Amino acid sequence: MTGITITAKDLRKTFGTPGKDEAVALDGLSLTIREGELTALVGPDGAGKTTLMRLFAGLLKPQAGSLSVLGIDVLAHPQAVQDRISYMPQRFGLYEDLSVQENLDLYADLHGVPMEQRRERFARMLQMTDLARFTDRPAGKLSGGMKQKLGLACTLVRSPDLLLLDEPSVGVDPLSRRDLWAIVQQLVEDEGLSVIVSTAYLDEAERCAKVFVMDRGRLLAEGAPEALASRARGLTLTAASPPGLPARVLQARLMDARDLVIDAVPEAGNVRFIRQPGGDEAAMQALLGDIPVTPREAELEDAFMMMLHQQEGEAQAGAVIEPAPVALSAQDDKPVIVVRDLVRKFGDFTAVASTSFDVARGEIFGLLGPNGAGKTTTFRMLCGLLPATSGHLEVAGRDLRTARAAARGRIGYVAQKFALYGNLTVRENLEFFGGAYGLGGKALRTRIAETAAQFDLDLSAPSGSLPTGYKQRLAMATGLLHQPEILFLDEPTSGIDPLARRAFWRTITGLAGTGVTIVITTHFMEEAEYCDRIAIQDQGEMLVIGTPQAVRDEAGGGARTMNDAFIAIVEQHRARRDSGQVAA
Amino acid sequence: MTSGGFPARLAALTRKEVRQMLRDRSNLIVGLALPLVLILLFGYGLSFDVTDARIAVVLEDSSPITLNAVAGLAGTDYLSPIWLQSMPEAEAMIRKGEADAILRVPAEFTAELAQGRGRLQLILNGVDSSTAQAIQGYATGAITNALQHLADRSDTRFAASGVTVVARTWFNEASSSTWFLVPGLIALVMTLIGAFLTSLLIAREWERGTLESLFVTPVRPLELVLSKLAPYLIIGAIDLVMCLLAARYLFEVPMRGSLWLVVLASLLYLLVSLALGLWISGTTRNQFAASQMALLLSFMPAMMLSGFVFDLRNVPLVIQIISQALPATHFMAVIKTLFLAGDYWPTILRGLAILTLYAALLIWATHRTLAKRLD
Repeated sequence: MTGITITAKDLRKTFGTPGKDEAVALDGLSLTIREGELTALVGPDGAGKTTLMRLFAGLLKPQAGSLSVLGIDVLAHPQAVQDRISYMPQRFGLYEDLSVQENLDLYADLHGVPMEQRRERFARMLQMTDLARFTDRPAGKLSGGMKQKLGLACTLVRSPDLLLLDEPSVGVDPLSRRDLWAIVQQLVEDEGLSVIVSTAYLDEAERCAKVFVMDRGRLLAEGAPEALASRARGLTLTAASPPGLPARVLQARLMDARDLVIDAVPEAGNVRFIRQPGGDEAAMQALLGDIPVTPREAELEDAFMMMLHQQEGEAQAGAVIEPAPVALSAQDDKPVIVVRDLVRKFGDFTAVASTSFDVARGEIFGLLGPNGAGKTTTFRMLCGLLPATSGHLEVAGRDLRTARAAARGRIGYVAQKFALYGNLTVRENLEFFGGAYGLGGKALRTRIAETAAQFDLDLSAPSGSLPTGYKQRLAMATGLLHQPEILFLDEPTSGIDPLARRAFWRTITGLAGTGVTIVITTHFMEEAEYCDRIAIQDQGEMLVIGTPQAVRDEAGGGARTMNDAFIAIVEQHRARRDSGQVAA
Repeated sequence: MTSGGFPARLAALTRKEVRQMLRDRSNLIVGLALPLVLILLFGYGLSFDVTDARIAVVLEDSSPITLNAVAGLAGTDYLSPIWLQSMPEAEAMIRKGEADAILRVPAEFTAELAQGRGRLQLILNGVDSSTAQAIQGYATGAITNALQHLADRSDTRFAASGVTVVARTWFNEASSSTWFLVPGLIALVMTLIGAFLTSLLIAREWERGTLESLFVTPVRPLELVLSKLAPYLIIGAIDLVMCLLAARYLFEVPMRGSLWLVVLASLLYLLVSLALGLWISGTTRNQFAASQMALLLSFMPAMMLSGFVFDLRNVPLVIQIISQALPATHFMAVIKTLFLAGDYWPTILRGLAILTLYAALLIWATHRTLAKRLD
């Protein structure tokens, strides 16, 4: 089988009215995708991945160009294509008030899957997704990861000729992500299925036979992952962070040297980085000093970051926070957050079981865990948004049970979905949130000017039309207006591309340098490497707390990345608990 | 793929809609409890009839003839007279809102009556003009009646006392506004159920992203429309039965036309409102906007402009044109004819034809809003 699944020629798709608010999603894109292969589309936000997927599915019409899917002209006969493909949109449309089984039945009926095939197919899907225990549960009551798996199962109630998956792993924890990929890979191997998947995770793209790198509606590169990775060959290095110097500080130092370093990320206590080709050797020596540097294998992510940096130039550089004096109440070594035996129950359900930890001033503290682990509940209790059932909770020296309002004045909170008013300008948003925190007059004006300069924000721009990265900066700026001692960030990097995430973390490490304590939740395990300490929760229990190094050690050998360590720790815990239950 | 096709997909989609409808408590409350509230509210609460209107009777002349003439006022349920001696006293009462009208019998009434030109003064509180009019009707009626009685007793002195108007109301012999309102209530309930419940359906699927997944299946747009109409047609039918039972047994409104025609016309109109709601939903793609639009485009006009309350012949031309464009107006005409006049075919056939046209047009338009496109 050497057939061709998709042939696209000069596709152009724009939204909005030309000359007014026209946005180009696809800009003369041409590509050919082969049959029976796993193909990945990668690219930053606004690359046009979703638009392209929707074009493949016959849900959008391009302004120009031709597109053939499975040998059918999809522009002329969308239904003929839709009868043969399966498509899982970014947010799969599960009917939340229908049960798992009813959702499966609905899609099987709509696809006209015969009864005898159905039994076998359902059994296999339920087994692969591990949803067999929950067939009667309404889809709305499943965790995020389970919903995504059910979405995939509904998409795969029949064996399609082509499977389209649009960012299937956004907002999904590492365990569910691994399960999803196991299902897809099994189908490709067993049934020779053609799969096109768009993703923000490059380790996922690395498993595909072919990768298309997109940016701003164009194709930057295509090829096998190894072939693409080789573009960065010879430039990829690891710097060992000396004891006493946090990896993130070294990473920040490298990131800021733009003439010499394309990209840097902390990993396993060290910093992986990519040199600028032809960078000044002497300057490099000066930058690194006596820090030992070893070459490493080039990976797809290296090549990807290289290509994107070449495209973006300096435009996306992170807002570098200059250490500005922050009004701190007491400069002592007392922890700013003290949690003792914290419990939160919802009826019979224990969302957070007896949890204790401290967070020191100026620390970056990460809360990790699979969907439904109790992260969000813990987080909300720390912010004073949710009262604890029992236990002691102290934030910025105030007891949250008795002085909630006083504690709130000392913290800043950035919600997962940026709660900004899209039709107000940046200035109006800042004025409103400043007012809500009790700032006014000259003090407010000064703070707005300061934060706007700090985050490089255009005060007169309407907030709704800001690019995602800038919306997030604005959200952080609103959280920092009243100069809080602690900033809480709830999954700030969910659904944000690697470039924007780098910029975001540069801002965070800068903030931590000024003495602000940061508490953050994330689904990207590699981001835990930026934290001073992390805590992993699962099913309401605190499994481990410590430095990223300590957590990796806890996971045992073989856990190179934080992702591996995380999966190992959660699985060990679950296995222990299950055997414990059997014994009891 | 293989088995199924149109009927299988339609059945699957309808099953889904029914399940969703049954699991959504708030939807069922709007669908079944709200009509009940409306029936009771409009049936009992809204009435243009006046009972026990307080009329201050100032007797400046209290001859037996005068007393006889005004005695009729006390003999009706509609009025409750308050007997007074002086005009200022009565004026004070009307100002304080203790009386709705004043009937003044001047001192020279008996003398003038003898000359054939007896005059009474009736002062009405015009703040509530419809109540005022009703009182005027009752009061003059009662007095004319009394004088007629006197004349009948061959007291020829009063034979020339004036023209007697013998009024009679057709169709609504009791002149009861309940008779007039209840058939209209069926139209109102059908509009509310139809447009309100369905206005959320397509918008909800847009908002939750379920349509995107449905689009990339062999589903056809028309199947989506039909599957959304079916369950609510049943809810509407239940409401219709409730309305008809209430009309017959609670309010005792006669039904002069055939029951089957009433049911047929009502279900047809229900289909029109369901389709209108769906069309609004598919056009706005936003639940909040859709429910607001449904209220503005269907319920309010059905209440104000369909002839439910106000006679359409007395409104300006523009409003008349608007009201003629409303399906509710045509249904209102059919249902009132069927209830109070009988099977008057020209009105009924015309109404049914217009409603059928609307149903077809709206279903077609809704199916267009579900064209499998995201842009």
